[in-house]
Amino acid sequence: MSASSRTANRYFDPRAFRIGAAAAGLVLLMIVVGSSGLDHFDWALTTYAVASVFAAFSVVYRYAVWAGRPPTRMYLRRGWQAFRSGRGRSGRGARLGIGALGGNAARLGRLLLNNFVLQTFINRRSVERWIMHAGLSWGGMLAFGITFPLVFGWVHFETLATDAEVYRVFVFGFPVDQFHVGSFRGQLFFNLLNISALLVLLGLALSVKLRMHDGGELAVQTFADDVFPLLLLLAVTVTGLMLTVSAKLLSGYGFAFIGLSHAASVIALLLYLPFGKLFHIVQRPLSLGVAFYRHAGENSPRASCMRCGEDFASGAHVADMKEVLDQLGLDYRFETGSGIVHYQDVCPACRRRIVTLNQGAALGR
Amino acid sequence: MTEYEFFIDPSRCIGCEACKQACTECDTHRGRSMIHLEFVDRAVSTQTSPVVCMHCEDPTCARVCPADAIKQTDDGIVQSSIRDRCIGCSNCVLACPFGVPHYVAAIDQMVKCDMCYDRTSIGRKPMCATVCPSQALFYGTREELERLRSETPVNDFRFGNQRVRTKVHLMSSPGADDMDVDVMRFMAGAEPDVRIEELAVWTEDSVAARS
Ligand code: SF4
Ligand code: SF4
Repeated sequence: MSASSRTANRYFDPRAFRIGAAAAGLVLLMIVVGSSGLDHFDWALTTYAVASVFAAFSVVYRYAVWAGRPPTRMYLRRGWQAFRSGRGRSGRGARLGIGALGGNAARLGRLLLNNFVLQTFINRRSVERWIMHAGLSWGGMLAFGITFPLVFGWVHFETLATDAEVYRVFVFGFPVDQFHVGSFRGQLFFNLLNISALLVLLGLALSVKLRMHDGGELAVQTFADDVFPLLLLLAVTVTGLMLTVSAKLLSGYGFAFIGLSHAASVIALLLYLPFGKLFHIVQRPLSLGVAFYRHAGENSPRASCMRCGEDFASGAHVADMKEVLDQLGLDYRFETGSGIVHYQDVCPACRRRIVTLNQGAALGR
Repeated sequence: MTEYEFFIDPSRCIGCEACKQACTECDTHRGRSMIHLEFVDRAVSTQTSPVVCMHCEDPTCARVCPADAIKQTDDGIVQSSIRDRCIGCSNCVLACPFGVPHYVAAIDQMVKCDMCYDRTSIGRKPMCATVCPSQALFYGTREELERLRSETPVNDFRFGNQRVRTKVHLMSSPGADDMDVDVMRFMAGAEPDVRIEELAVWTEDSVAARS
């Protein structure tokens, strides 16, 4: 048991491979369907599309391996159960008369807003760090939010037959909007990627500053996990901005070469997603499950330490930890004269004392 | 190359709190102490104990972490949580056999002793060991230790059916190979929460002070 769960991270996992392949297939299908049978697919962007399909496979493969680990699986399951169950009944949902699920949905909305849109928890560490992260994440989300639909052929533009200065926007083949190239909206539309690049650059600059001045950061960072993704983002944003500079200011000088470099850097970024730091983007939503689980635990029976009697966790958490430890092949049970004692029933503070008392006894002190 | 190791002898601790203060100076967690300074049993004695991470060879904290947020370096140091990964679930807090990780509500993350990785990775001593006047926290070579002490360091523990081997050593009786932790013998007579440790340090203010 323990060997398999430990090696799961290192060796090929056929189940995760199947899930990853299904995800890649789904993206392919969505490209074909969303671009009306490739009618609106922009073949100039094929390399990006191929890289996206690979990225879908590798990200989902890695996610499936990760989600299959006993503690992760437990949280995914329990978080979902807590979300659906009525354990949050004492909450605002009940007072508003919208039931537990409604209350939980409202809670989910709040959590999404605070933790994913506003990222307030980072602000609590420092405002500078918050600006850094906001620049990187919003810039990144904006850029991908624009790029994927274009690459997949879900969104495309056509000029009016009567006026080549007017663009019509098609989403999934349906016309939804039109604007004049010179209009504010037109300019905004065509510069969204540049705006996102500037946001990312701001984040990168602050991140480099924080990394250079923070001794703690310097001590624990690794090139592959922490520095390389920043270099990739830098390459993507700089080459992306240079495309605009080349087109607008240098009458297309070096455009093809810059375009190639941009494509190469974006593809490298997509393929890097499952490794290192950037994977937290897909991992992070698990924190929502934890929030629901904790909320449910606060309103349910508590666990008290069998040594000092202190309430130290929710009863459900302690019970789940015992199960997870078993699944991991870790056995903290003591067979004593008065029956089996599970170390999970002793609070962390008493564990510290018990080790010290054992050490003192060994020395006869 | 001289091999420095960490040897802990809680029975020598005089409760002066120098280690706790020194710990707050560490760069990886400025302004916060990672050390739990525990009154062992205040009702009957003044014995205190400094608890730092034992840096397990196969760390339970990392095994139970759902977010893969606890990493071990090649030299066997179990790092504090990776900030963008840790989701503050407290699994590690509940599972660590030595009671080491702290959950900090203000930042919704776990933090723990990383043996002053910014220092020890470049050959310096951890902050706590440099200041400990009683040498309850001793960082040095085995030869130095043998010159100074008659006790034997152990790093092989048994918590019931679970064997845990650690990088950090605990001083035990001369000639001991391991420590079989007896839980029942010390079960009785405990009073709730007699910590003199971190709670005062973990305020919103001290968190804000960290950039
Ligand atoms: S002592 Fe606890 S926190 Fe330290 S490595 Fe072992 S399990 Fe993890
Ligand atoms: S609190 Fe953080 S480091 Fe600890 S188990 Fe949970 S996610 Fe992992």
